[in-house]
Amino acid sequence: MFYRTHLLFVKDDNSIDKGLQEVLRVLNEELVKYGLEKEIGVLQTGSLGYISKGVHFVVYPDNLLYTKITQEDIPLIVQEHFLKGRPVKRLCESAKRDVEFAYSERIVLKNSGKIDPESIDEYIAVDGYQALGKAFEMGREATLQEIKKSNLRGRGGAGFPTGIKMEMTANQSEKQKYIVVNADEGESGTFKDRLIMEGDPHKLLEGMVIAGFVVRADTGYIYIRGEYSLCVQRLKIAIEQAHNYGLLGKNILGSGFDFDVIIKLGAGSYVCGEETALLNSLEGGRGNPRFKPPYPGERGLWNKPTVINNVETLTNIPAIVEKGGEWFAGIGTPESCGTKVYTILGEVNNPGLIEVPMGTTLREIISKYGGGLKADKKFKAALVGGAAGMFLPERLLDIKMDFENLSKESAVLGSGAILILSEDADILRILTSILKFFLHESCGKCSACRIGYKMLVTLLDKIVSGEGKSEDIDKMVEIANVMRVTSFCALGQSSIMPIGSIIKYFKGDFKRFTGE
Amino acid sequence: MQITINGKKIEAKSGQTIIEVARENGVYIPSLCYHKDLVPTGNCGVCVVKIDGMGPLKRACVTPAEDGMSITTDSVELRKIRRELLSLILLAHDVKCPTCDQNGKCELQELINYMDIPEPKYEPIFKKTAIDNFSPSIVKDTNKCIHCGRCIAVCNDIQEVHALCVEGRGFESKVTTAFGESLANSPCVNCGQCTVYCPVGALKEKSQIEEVQTALFDPSKIVVVQEAPAVRAALGEEFGLDPKEVTTGKMYAALRRLGFDKIFDTNFAADLTIMEEGSELIQRVKEGGTLPLITSCSPGWVKFVETYFPEFLPNVSSCKSPQQMFGAMVKTYFAKQETIDPKDIVSVSVMPCTAKKFEAQRPEMNSSGYRDVDYVLTVREFIKMIKGAKIDFKNLPEEQADQLMGQYTGAGTIFGATGGVMEAAIRTAYALLSGKELANLDVIPVRGMSGIKEASLDIPLKDSSVVLTVNVAVAHGLGNAKKLLEDVRDGKKSYHFIEIMACPGGCVGGGGQPYGSDLADRARRGESLYKEDKNCELRTSHTNPMIKKIYAEFLGEPLSHTSHKYLHTDYKERDQLTGKQD
Repeated sequence: MFYRTHLLFVKDDNSIDKGLQEVLRVLNEELVKYGLEKEIGVLQTGSLGYISKGVHFVVYPDNLLYTKITQEDIPLIVQEHFLKGRPVKRLCESAKRDVEFAYSERIVLKNSGKIDPESIDEYIAVDGYQALGKAFEMGREATLQEIKKSNLRGRGGAGFPTGIKMEMTANQSEKQKYIVVNADEGESGTFKDRLIMEGDPHKLLEGMVIAGFVVRADTGYIYIRGEYSLCVQRLKIAIEQAHNYGLLGKNILGSGFDFDVIIKLGAGSYVCGEETALLNSLEGGRGNPRFKPPYPGERGLWNKPTVINNVETLTNIPAIVEKGGEWFAGIGTPESCGTKVYTILGEVNNPGLIEVPMGTTLREIISKYGGGLKADKKFKAALVGGAAGMFLPERLLDIKMDFENLSKESAVLGSGAILILSEDADILRILTSILKFFLHESCGKCSACRIGYKMLVTLLDKIVSGEGKSEDIDKMVEIANVMRVTSFCALGQSSIMPIGSIIKYFKGDFKRFTGE
Repeated sequence: MQITINGKKIEAKSGQTIIEVARENGVYIPSLCYHKDLVPTGNCGVCVVKIDGMGPLKRACVTPAEDGMSITTDSVELRKIRRELLSLILLAHDVKCPTCDQNGKCELQELINYMDIPEPKYEPIFKKTAIDNFSPSIVKDTNKCIHCGRCIAVCNDIQEVHALCVEGRGFESKVTTAFGESLANSPCVNCGQCTVYCPVGALKEKSQIEEVQTALFDPSKIVVVQEAPAVRAALGEEFGLDPKEVTTGKMYAALRRLGFDKIFDTNFAADLTIMEEGSELIQRVKEGGTLPLITSCSPGWVKFVETYFPEFLPNVSSCKSPQQMFGAMVKTYFAKQETIDPKDIVSVSVMPCTAKKFEAQRPEMNSSGYRDVDYVLTVREFIKMIKGAKIDFKNLPEEQADQLMGQYTGAGTIFGATGGVMEAAIRTAYALLSGKELANLDVIPVRGMSGIKEASLDIPLKDSSVVLTVNVAVAHGLGNAKKLLEDVRDGKKSYHFIEIMACPGGCVGGGGQPYGSDLADRARRGESLYKEDKNCELRTSHTNPMIKKIYAEFLGEPLSHTSHKYLHTDYKERDQLTGKQD
């Protein structure tokens, strides 16, 4: 069926909450009323990258974005825009971000917001599962070589080369191996994996099957944050559809390769995003981290060789296989290839999800994609890399956002969350909530993290209440430093990041309280 | 493989961790949670060392040594970090040194001293939680816990009891049982291994010193004491004596000075146990009873089998443990012989064991109408009493036990080591079945520290040409017991007789033995018992004249009606979550 106009409704938790189903019901009634149901196609898609826009949809080919729509608005929009061709200016804006987001440069989010994530046919129509077929044709070794050539590095935070990780597991002689997807996105202000999975679940499955094929794993687990109900729902649909099409299960595409995907729900612990804690949790145990070595690649899930990757990492794989490692390596910077998905939050005009090439500067991300600061306020700091990240000052605005350039400033890409603070932000209040978050999320296994965060919060409370002295700041730094070197996993090791960066760049904020 | 520690080249074996290599070569790396008997948890972080080219710092306890590694274990920087870390650990520890059982033995205390921390850097900020003292055996004071994880490691990995776990997160997390119940309402078998490995006294036995002392001061009470074989094997370590020698004579002397009225010996009851259990084995073999017969001396093991392997309850010997047999005989035979009203007798035992406290309180242990055993002291409590009375143990004279229930054979004394009950039983069963003594009384295959031991013995039956081949097995540590039972259950193994002791090493490794002992200590204590056995004039239970006497004067014969009344018991399945019987 051909439609003259397509309406792409974003179905995410926010729009469902704001009455998406009611809006769609009224829309359908109105379209029928005017006999437009055969001319106007209504689709439900994943996120466009906007947040807090309520029920919103894009009109194609007009490329207009209606936001915060209620069912009362629908009759007017149908009559004016779809019947008479006069957009309701009051309710819509140009979907300009769509252009700025440069879909042509997108890899991970290429289909997000464009196809119906609940339809495998739409995914196939945009060349989905092509890469899988190509991988089967090329064979394991050649596929692995493409991934290695691409120089893809893990997007979960540590940035370990994905190809080398896969090679390590591929070389293990054990018969039973696993693919595990870390979809336990728990970092405050980070929701990129959720929107990737909601928008294009088949891409993740395709990435998993290719990874499984390369390392000879027959089972993949998606360890997903329990609250991500829409992701789970869409992944379940996708798994079922892939099964029906012979893209999962026994003898996929006649290749003789078997692969199945199992979804496991996390129970809400931040530390389970740490890969070894995740494995413990997946096995049914307490989500405490394990010591490495042995690395999961050698002994992971149930002590079997396991490739464990972030959602974003695996969703890069199909494009790499399809277009070649060299193509991917040509994007971004020499040491950080490809694109990066960020969530921009805080005091910017356009908070949301973006995908840009590695090496894009912080300034560009804020001004071009984030739409600049709200009310033209002065920039104060950007918390880059999630709660365990660093507060970067104005003089680092031109820093290239990639693994190597950030590490020069001891900063990290982390989860890809960027929180923008304006001149009136209270940085210590943010630090308090970060430290309280980690205090709550520490598993309690190792002394440094278990007691360290308690002590850091105690000292910071003292400082913020005006009772503190400058030596309390020194104590905080000492504790954070000991946590950095004696904590068992990154949760404790990284307390120094936010604290150290405030001391380094915003010491005045501390001194305001200690009065020196 | 060669590594460099502090500039010195050292040979290392593949698979060794850095701390293992260091300790083997006399390099001390401070550590708190690490214990060489246990799978390291890496929890405390005190043992961090600097490895060239390997990022910030690494935990020596869990990092494997690799060829060419260059490691620095001590420096101004490392000391600063360890001091800061220990200051943090200290602020979350309920510092109660003067009243703490581990005072002077506490590993945290030692480390704080070693690291020269002049005074606590931070105010304590922990939230006090109630002490769990509902169990008859173990007291758990979470406020002292430093989260080293040793108790969980020994409970889960070695004993496979799985009574302990961590509940809650981060600073609020604590070591507890499932659903935060008291140990008294948990599958805890009271073995007390957690108390031996706890570095800070967060886990200890439930003391009965006060009750015993009250009885000792009461002129109307006759206080009778028995001491388990393994007690004499561990006392020497505490008082600067040769730890390879047992201290039987001094032990009696100390008890006499503490004011006990009658000093007997559990070893006597061990001989008695062999008479009953050996006869039970012969009866089961001859009459086609349930086999394998499994020993019942170890109360931790008994609770374990009731909880986790109830299908084996018909296999467990109906014999009470030596402690309880002894207790029953004190309130009956001894009372009769000495014409004392049993109500005036206080029956005390000194045990290497915390589970004996639980056993003494089992409701069915009162066939005489009185509690078989009134109070149980661990070796640690006994040591405390000796030290509390300022008794110069080292220079005590060698004294004798009192007559009637104080004489024992070498068979009785080896009960304290893994395989000892089996060896003693083989000696007597052989004699009873063949009519001759075993030519070589040393049954070497069942000795030693290997987890599961097996042996096969041909016994020529008397007045017959039949040779009976008896297959036996010995397991110590409940994890090994579990493995053995599973093999028997699955038909992979078949035996006539099995000895199981809850604790690794047997009673010499009991949960009531001195703090800080390790597997090597246990092995050495066992050897000292075998040495005492070797030096005994009589080495088989059935030749003990006092045993002959008790059968002649009171019990009749093994498995008699009287024996059954006082010396035997039965078992009941327990709930796996609460450890309770219906």
